[in-house]
Amino acid sequence: MKGMTIIVKTISSWVKMLIVLFGIYIILFGHLTPGGGFAGGVILASSYVLLMLAFGKEFVQKDLPLALDSKLDCLGALLFAVIAVLGLVLTDRIFFTNYLYQEYLPGKEFELISAGTIPFSNIAIGLKVGASLFLVIFLLSTFRRETSANTKE
Amino acid sequence: MSIPLPLFIAVPLIIAFVLPMFGRKGKSAATALANMVTISLLVFAVASIGKTEVYEIGKWSIPLGINLVLDGLSSLLLLAVNVVAAAAMLFSVRYMEQYTAKSKYLSLFLLMVAGMNGVILSGDIFNLFVFLEIASLSSYALVGFGCEHEELEASFKYMVLGSIASAFILFAIALVYGNTGTLNMAYISKAIADSGMNAGLAFALAMFMAGFGLKAALVPFHAWLPDAHPSAPAPISAMLSGVLIKALGVYSLARIIFNVFGVSVPVGWVLVTLGVLSMVVGVFLAVGQWDFKRLLAYHSISQMGYVILGLGIGALILARNGRIEWAAMAVLGGLFHLVNHSVFKSLLFLTSGSVEMSTGTRQLKEMGGLGEKLTFTRATCTVASASIAGIPPFNGFWSKMILVIASVQAGFLSLAAVTVVVSLVTLISFLKVQRYVFLGELPENLRQTKENRGFMLVAMVFLAGLCLLMGALLLVPGLKDSILEPAVKVLTDGLTYSDDIIGTL
Amino acid sequence: MPYALCFLLFMLGLYCAVVKKNMVKIVIGIMVMEYAVNLFLVMLGFRVGGIAPIIDRAQYDPVMRQVAAGFVSSSVDPLPQALVLTSIVISLGSLALMISICIRTYEKYGTFDITQIRRLKG
Repeated sequence: MKGMTIIVKTISSWVKMLIVLFGIYIILFGHLTPGGGFAGGVILASSYVLLMLAFGKEFVQKDLPLALDSKLDCLGALLFAVIAVLGLVLTDRIFFTNYLYQEYLPGKEFELISAGTIPFSNIAIGLKVGASLFLVIFLLSTFRRETSANTKE
Repeated sequence: MSIPLPLFIAVPLIIAFVLPMFGRKGKSAATALANMVTISLLVFAVASIGKTEVYEIGKWSIPLGINLVLDGLSSLLLLAVNVVAAAAMLFSVRYMEQYTAKSKYLSLFLLMVAGMNGVILSGDIFNLFVFLEIASLSSYALVGFGCEHEELEASFKYMVLGSIASAFILFAIALVYGNTGTLNMAYISKAIADSGMNAGLAFALAMFMAGFGLKAALVPFHAWLPDAHPSAPAPISAMLSGVLIKALGVYSLARIIFNVFGVSVPVGWVLVTLGVLSMVVGVFLAVGQWDFKRLLAYHSISQMGYVILGLGIGALILARNGRIEWAAMAVLGGLFHLVNHSVFKSLLFLTSGSVEMSTGTRQLKEMGGLGEKLTFTRATCTVASASIAGIPPFNGFWSKMILVIASVQAGFLSLAAVTVVVSLVTLISFLKVQRYVFLGELPENLRQTKENRGFMLVAMVFLAGLCLLMGALLLVPGLKDSILEPAVKVLTDGLTYSDDIIGTL
Repeated sequence: MPYALCFLLFMLGLYCAVVKKNMVKIVIGIMVMEYAVNLFLVMLGFRVGGIAPIIDRAQYDPVMRQVAAGFVSSSVDPLPQALVLTSIVISLGSLALMISICIRTYEKYGTFDITQIRRLKG
C-alpha cells in the first residue's frame, strides 16, 4: 500500500503528535475523568493507523518494527503484573492492594498524584493495548484478495 | 503453610507473557520454564487439599470487592486440572516439534490453564465470566494451531458456537444483576432465597443452562465437539476433552444450580434428561466412527452424560427432600466420574497422539498390528480403554458402579439399565479400537514405525499409573474423607454456601 | 419496555448468526448479539433524571472527606458501566480472532461460503 498525496502526508505528520498527546492525557488522568488505560491505548494505536493510511505500510514497518512492538506488548503486561504482585509482597500479603494509596503516597484528592497505584496501572494497560491493537490492525491489513486465486491452482 | 490463592492464576499468567520474549533461539529454555510452571502448579494444588479459604483481593471486603473461594469442590477440580496440565505439557515437549511457533503455543497453553484455575477459584459471577472467556479464547486459537484446512474449519465452527454461548451467559448475568443488585455469588444466593424466583430469574437459569451446556457439550449443543477435538494437536485435545469442558461447563453449572439458585424438581429433571440423551446419543454415534480421535471425542460426550446424570439424580433427590445419603452417593458418583474421566480420557488422547506421530495417520482402517512396534503405547492405551469401559480394578469401574447403585437405590431402575447398556456399547467400541490399531496385520508402509520415548512416555506412564491407583481414592477411607467427601458436601449442602462465605469474614 | 427491545435485538443477532451462509455475516451477527447484551447491561443502571457518576469538587466536602448525600441518590449506577468496559474488550479480542480465522480460511478454501467448507463430516 503506497502513501497518499503530499498534502495528506504533511498534515498527518503534524496531527499525529496531537493524537498521541491526547491519548497520553486520557491515560494519565484516568482516575479523575472518564477514560483510563483502555480508551487511551486505543487512541495511541489509532495515531499509528493514521500514519499507515497516509504513508504506506513500509514506512510504518521501518518506524516501529513488529518485533519491537511484540516486546512492548509483553512489557506492558509484565509491568501490570509487577504492580499487582508488589501488593502481595510489600504490605499485608494480600494481592493487588493499593499500597501507594494506603501507605506511601496518599496525595490529595482531585490532583494528578492521588489514587495510589491506579495511574501506574493505567499507564501499563495503555502501553499494552496500544501496542497490541496496532499489531492486530497491521497484521490483518496484509490480506490480498488475489492470493486465494494463486493458492487454488 | 497456606498458599495465597491468586498464585494459581498469577503464576501462569505472568510466565505466559514472559515466554514470547524468548524468540526462536531460546525455545528449549522456554519449554523448560513452562514445564516448571505446570509442575509447580501441581505441587500447589496438592498442598491445598483439605483447606478452605476465602481470599479477598485488594483488602476490599465483599460485596464491594471480589473474592476467591477455595472449598472442597474447588480443590478437587484444581487437582484434576493441574494433573492433566502437567502431563499434557510434558507430552508436548516432543510432540510440538512438528509445529512451528512453539513459544506462542506455550504461552497460549499457560493462558488456558490460568483461565481454568480462575474459573474454579472465583467467588464472583462476573469474574467467572471473564476467566471463562480467557480460557475459551485461548482454546479457540489452540484448536486451529497448525493452520491446515480441517483445523481452520473446526476452529471457526467452535468459535462461533462458543461465542454464542458466552453471549447467552453474559445476558443471564445481566438478568441476575438486574434482579438481585449484586454480583457476589454468596450474596446472590441470599437474595434469591429471600425474594423467591420470578420470571426474570427463571429465564436467567434457562439461559445459564443453555450457555454452560454448550461449553460442556451436552447433547442438543454438542455439534462443535466432534470437529474441534480431533483437529487440535494431541496434548490440546487432551486438555480440551479432559478438563476444559469440565471446568467451564460442568463445574460452573453445578455451582450455579446447587449453590446459587437452589435445586428444584424441574431443574433436576432437565439435568437427568440432558444426561441420558448425551450418554445414549454419544455412544451410538461413536461406535460407527473410523477416525481414532473422532471416536474418542464422541465418547467424551457420552461420559459427560454420566456426570450430569449423577448430578441430576442428586438434585432430584434433594429437591424432593429425600434421604441425604442417597443424594450424596449420586453426587459422589458424578464427581468421581468427572475426575476419572479427566485422567483416562486425556491418557487416551495422548496415546492417540503418540500413534499419530509414529504412523502419520488417524484412520483406523489404515492401521493394524502396531502392538509389537509400539509396546508402551499399547500398554497404556489398554489401561485407559479398560478404565473407560468400566473393567475392575481400574478407576472407571468404581465410579460407574456407584452411579448404578445410587440410581437403583433412588428408584430409577430404567436409568440404571440405560447406564449399563451404554457401558456395554462403550466396551464394544474400545474393543474395536484395540483390534484395529494394535492387533491384526501390519501394513507395508508401517513397517518402519518406532516407539516414542522420552517425555511423552513419562507423561503417558504417569497417567496410566493414576488410572490404576485412583480406585484407592474411593476405597481408602482417609483419602476419601479428605478429597472426595468435602466436594460432595459442598454440593449437597447447597444453599449453606452463602452462610459459610459471609460468616467467615 | 426498552428491555424487550434489547432482547429483540439479541434475537435478531442470533437469527443472523444461525441462518446466514457467508462467514463474515455470521461474525457480524455475533457482534450484534454482543452489542445487544452490552446495551442491556448499561440500561440496567439507568435512573430517570440521573446524573453521571463522576465526582467533582462541587460535591465533595474536604473537611469531612465525604461526598454529598444528593449525589448518591441521584447518580446512575456505575457498576454496569465497568462490566460493559470489560465486555467490550473481550469482544474486541474475540472479533480479532474470528476475522483472522476467516482470512486464513479464505486463503485455504477460496470461498467464504460455509456450505462449501465441509470437509469434516460424520
